[in-house]
Amino acid sequence: MITSDKATNQSTNYRTTEEIRKDFPILTRKVHGKPLVYLDSTASSQKPRAVIDTMNVYYETYHANVHRGVYEISEEATAAVEKARVKVAHFINARHGKQVIFTRNTTESINLVAISWGGANIAKGDLIVLTEMEHHSNLVPWQLLAQRTGARLEFVPVTDDGLLRLDIYEELLRQHPKLVAFAHVSNVLGTINPAQEMIAQAHAVGATVLLDAAQSVPHLPVDVQALDIDFLCFSSHKMLGPTGIGVLYGKRDLLEAMPPFMGGGDMIRTVGLRQSTWNDLPWKFEAGTPAIAEAIGLGAAVDYLKALGMENVLQHEQELTHYAMEQLQSVPGLTIYGPEAARRGGVISFTLGDIHPHDLASILDQQVGVAVRAGHHCAQPLMERFGLSATARASFYVYTIKEEIDILVQGLQQAIQIFSL
Amino acid sequence: MSMDYRDYILDHYRNPRNYGKLANANAHAEDSNPLCGDQLGIDLVIEGDRVAEVRFKGRGCAISQASASMLSEMIEGKPVEEVVQLGKDDILDALGIPISPARTKCAFLCLRVLHRSLALAGIEKPHDNDDDNDD
Repeated sequence: MITSDKATNQSTNYRTTEEIRKDFPILTRKVHGKPLVYLDSTASSQKPRAVIDTMNVYYETYHANVHRGVYEISEEATAAVEKARVKVAHFINARHGKQVIFTRNTTESINLVAISWGGANIAKGDLIVLTEMEHHSNLVPWQLLAQRTGARLEFVPVTDDGLLRLDIYEELLRQHPKLVAFAHVSNVLGTINPAQEMIAQAHAVGATVLLDAAQSVPHLPVDVQALDIDFLCFSSHKMLGPTGIGVLYGKRDLLEAMPPFMGGGDMIRTVGLRQSTWNDLPWKFEAGTPAIAEAIGLGAAVDYLKALGMENVLQHEQELTHYAMEQLQSVPGLTIYGPEAARRGGVISFTLGDIHPHDLASILDQQVGVAVRAGHHCAQPLMERFGLSATARASFYVYTIKEEIDILVQGLQQAIQIFSL
Repeated sequence: MSMDYRDYILDHYRNPRNYGKLANANAHAEDSNPLCGDQLGIDLVIEGDRVAEVRFKGRGCAISQASASMLSEMIEGKPVEEVVQLGKDDILDALGIPISPARTKCAFLCLRVLHRSLALAGIEKPHDNDDDNDD
């Protein structure tokens, strides 16, 4: 939480949300004749002009392949990608840029660990501890690993309030898991899990820990050294950057010991017909031509977020979440899932009477131009835990304003009329 | 394009016709719409060249469930040779509202399940043209 000291500083260096909105070209467009109200940043965030321009400048003035050419523009492109890597490393307080591996997205980062680290370290009968609130991307890779190796999966249950049963987590740790993997922030319930404590507890029993930070790195300060996390995975497109690039952060000794993930160019040192040797970190894990423009764009997104200050981003979203939960609770027949506002990020899943979330999302789109997600949010086991097949989900980011939440509530009132609730 | 949730659609959603299962069904299929989670199963009793009885069971949005309910009314007692001809336009006519591209899979789920049940019963040839590119 922000201190009053910082809150004072903030008034001098924090730009108003109205100013921030001017940086996002898409926010001027209309849908169904109404201004777009984008409340689906948890699925993918919108992009500021700075990110779009940075990528265009690359394509228009120094596009070339990286790590190959000896000519000027290739050297410029290589330097830009490596500079972006260092920016990302600083952003999460990694000790070294070598610990930042560019992947396609969070999903690929988790699969990389499951295949490379998991293949080398997980054996029949080993225990992997996950939670019931995982996104499919932090569930299915471990199911596949368990099928390949005969490892055992156990799950930390979720309370009715959308919190992890930490008492059961402690019981599972007493069975000495090899790996613990969980979401820092739930993409459905918004729950901010107590990562610091959970990581320390897992380390105390010798487990390696992977944190799915897809919903935390974009929304709150994340310090990999303070967390002492072993692996951290996140995506660019949820943090104002382009699609097509994600990050795997890992502790250096772990990454050094891991076998390559994919084979190809860039990841090798020497290649013979029958055997090869591997490049250094991080390139050992980056086979083939990388997403160059996207890496550079991610660097620009990190610059943008750094200038805002992640404490400020978190505070802005918590204010919105408090306001939204108050407003939504005034809508008759509306049910919110997950914890109280103080324990969640800017994500609110809800249902309204017997209106199916897909119908609700269609009505909100057409009547008031509000974009919300509807469905199982790639977390079917969590949906089943709450006896649901789907929810509607509104989520907030740096460009969201209270007036947009008011429009959401107006749209819900219209849905009530249309469905005669 | 604006989808308009008319009263009769909401009526079919909340009071689905021919809802349930048939113990003596001789044609059956089920399917789901993985994007939305809509689920639908259809049971048919085919006697001679007619669909004597139909029941459907499912859960999902108003569009998917109302479409299924309307389709069940369309086919009950009808000659099989007419039922095999039913297509997307028949569903859209029954719904009577424009369906946005993202929601066509909801509207046509019932049609896919119907034709699958007839194919599994050996009454019509399997065809998968309802699976993709609905828009």
